[in-house]
Amino acid sequence: MALKTEEMVLNMGPQHPSTHGVLRLELQLEGEIIIDVIPHIGYLHRCFEKHAEAMTYPQVIPYTDRMDYLASMYNEFGYALAMERLMKIEVPERVEYIRVIMGELQRIASHLVALGTYGADIGAFTPFLFCFRDRERILHLFEITCGARLLYNYIWIGGVSHDLHSDFIRLTREFIKDFRPNLKELNDLLSFNRIFIERTANVGVLPLETAINYGVTGPNLRASGMKWDLRKDDPYSVYHKFDYEIPVGSGEKGKTGDCWDRYFIRVREMEESLKIIEQAIDQIPEGDVTSAIPKRIKPPEGQIYTRVENPRGELGYFIISDGSLNPARVKVRAPSFVTMQVFPELCKGFMVADVVAILGSIDIVLGEIDR
Amino acid sequence: MGLLDQEFTEGNIVIAKTEDLFNWARLSSLWQVGFGLACCAIEMMATSASHYDFDRFGVIPRPSPRQSDVIIISGTVTLKMAIRVKRLYEQMPDPKYVISMGSCANCGGPYWEHGYHVLKGVDRVIPVDVFVPGCPPRPEALLEGLLKLQEKIRNESMVKKSA
Amino acid sequence: MKTAEEIFKILKEKFGDSIVELKSDKPIDPFVIVNPLEVDKICLFLREEKDLLFDSLMNLSGVDDANGEKVKDEKGLETIKGGTLSVYYHLESTSLKQKLTLKVSTNREKPEVVTVTESWKCADWHEREAYDMYGIVFINHPDLRRILMPYDWEFGYPLRKDYKNPEFYQGMKVPY
Repeated sequence: MALKTEEMVLNMGPQHPSTHGVLRLELQLEGEIIIDVIPHIGYLHRCFEKHAEAMTYPQVIPYTDRMDYLASMYNEFGYALAMERLMKIEVPERVEYIRVIMGELQRIASHLVALGTYGADIGAFTPFLFCFRDRERILHLFEITCGARLLYNYIWIGGVSHDLHSDFIRLTREFIKDFRPNLKELNDLLSFNRIFIERTANVGVLPLETAINYGVTGPNLRASGMKWDLRKDDPYSVYHKFDYEIPVGSGEKGKTGDCWDRYFIRVREMEESLKIIEQAIDQIPEGDVTSAIPKRIKPPEGQIYTRVENPRGELGYFIISDGSLNPARVKVRAPSFVTMQVFPELCKGFMVADVVAILGSIDIVLGEIDR
Repeated sequence: MGLLDQEFTEGNIVIAKTEDLFNWARLSSLWQVGFGLACCAIEMMATSASHYDFDRFGVIPRPSPRQSDVIIISGTVTLKMAIRVKRLYEQMPDPKYVISMGSCANCGGPYWEHGYHVLKGVDRVIPVDVFVPGCPPRPEALLEGLLKLQEKIRNESMVKKSA
Repeated sequence: MKTAEEIFKILKEKFGDSIVELKSDKPIDPFVIVNPLEVDKICLFLREEKDLLFDSLMNLSGVDDANGEKVKDEKGLETIKGGTLSVYYHLESTSLKQKLTLKVSTNREKPEVVTVTESWKCADWHEREAYDMYGIVFINHPDLRRILMPYDWEFGYPLRKDYKNPEFYQGMKVPY
């Protein structure tokens, strides 16, 4: 007599310790092997685009902060860059350097959260505490500049809101000096740990053709082997003045584009960000940071699409202006929204425990997906 | 004061009222459901990390609502999520407490005016004990909210049931 | 690297009347207006042709052009009649480093656009979002249903300019 097997549907609901936020995954299983994953999003849809049409242009900036709440500086940076290109405003050079320093510090802070929570999902709790300890120092730097730890409202259209604090450069240099050995400690603890490699190598491989067709960008695309970084391929601000590498995944512990590659790319990106910050602190000129901020922001009629390199990928702002004080349409192209589409492809054929590993490695933020 | 001033100097004997003893046990080990919705969840995680430790107050994150005492609603509650929050609250066993963290959970936050999908305050679906204001509240503010909740539990009475 | 005018000429030769015009008078990006019912063939051509090779869809967004006339309907609420809804496509070629913007417009009462998911799978969720927010129906889409709003939301399409909030949803009061 033959055994009768059936497919089962398992719900990883909106409240789950390992989905990074409110995400619902419907897993269709045959035993322990996954046949299909259907993600359901929208549990954090906060109507950003409707608010943007009702507010004036500078009032939109605190709302852009709250979309990707782990990389708030970059959200503001993208919006300010789009508006400055539309209105043809030239910002002083000191402002550009400050924005780059803040952006790269924010990239390190965001990657620390991603790696800390990824370790906690896999089962290693100690890297979580180490990563958050280092992150507290970066948040202290942000706090002495603009007063807030998480959601800043710092980068305005035409400049920044406050100049750097007098202690900022000294504290940043101390942070960089203390952080390099901590990165090495993180590598010894987690990256080259045998159990971690067993759980993440050869799991969730993303082939390069699929990645480009699905529109995946950022560290996930670089882990699949393509050297594509908007800071070098479509440069903005003063990134062309610095000397840094773009790390690319090479299948060191398994296939190219597996979870370990995506994880290790982020560790190497943190090292490159440290180099950029050091060079920026050495080269920063003097100047007035609020001189180019216009009194009333009334852009000409037209539309523009600008993109910046978020810690998660390509963040795009599509702004349509009709000549009045409020935008006619602000559409945000969020990198996590696009990466979530390719997630079912990555999971097919693996087991339930691998879903957690793959979800942590693509590093999504639900605030960005749902806006 | 508390229980410790009724202690005899030699030996390990403490005399207290049953109410005080039960309340002291409940407030010293509030286990929370690991439930983070949005930006405030990151500040809650930072409060649990080593800089502003939550564990020294006895608060441990538990994965399931059936094993926990307190739920911290951290972040914006949308209409789609509100139904699930209600179900989670009903799954928790008595005695249970709710801390509403952040501006969005208190009253809708910055999305109060044009948010067509945002629930203006989580107290429209579940009863709340402590409101912690801020956007996001600092970890120290969340710790103060926790201490206020502990005050409230300390003054609870077994005879008169709260709502 | 080709400019927008050169690409417009190549498309006009191949597709004739489906390519309506090239607008480059207002700042900043010039865009090409095409027929909404032919846009899938145009996009397949743009992806395969060896000089163009647009292998990546950066962004797809629905827009309410707000060019209809405001009328008061029978309950005294303001709605918009006539006018158009548009969809903008931002394309990019990673190998040849060039960009292009396309625009299609359909009427407000019965908006219909053909899907481009055959050319780029990325368009799947973007089109579902455009349907959810504006009500634009994408013909031949594999799975067109709401993505951000609840699946049983029957009070309209939120990002249209004449959207009105409901009073209650499943027992919860919606306005402040």
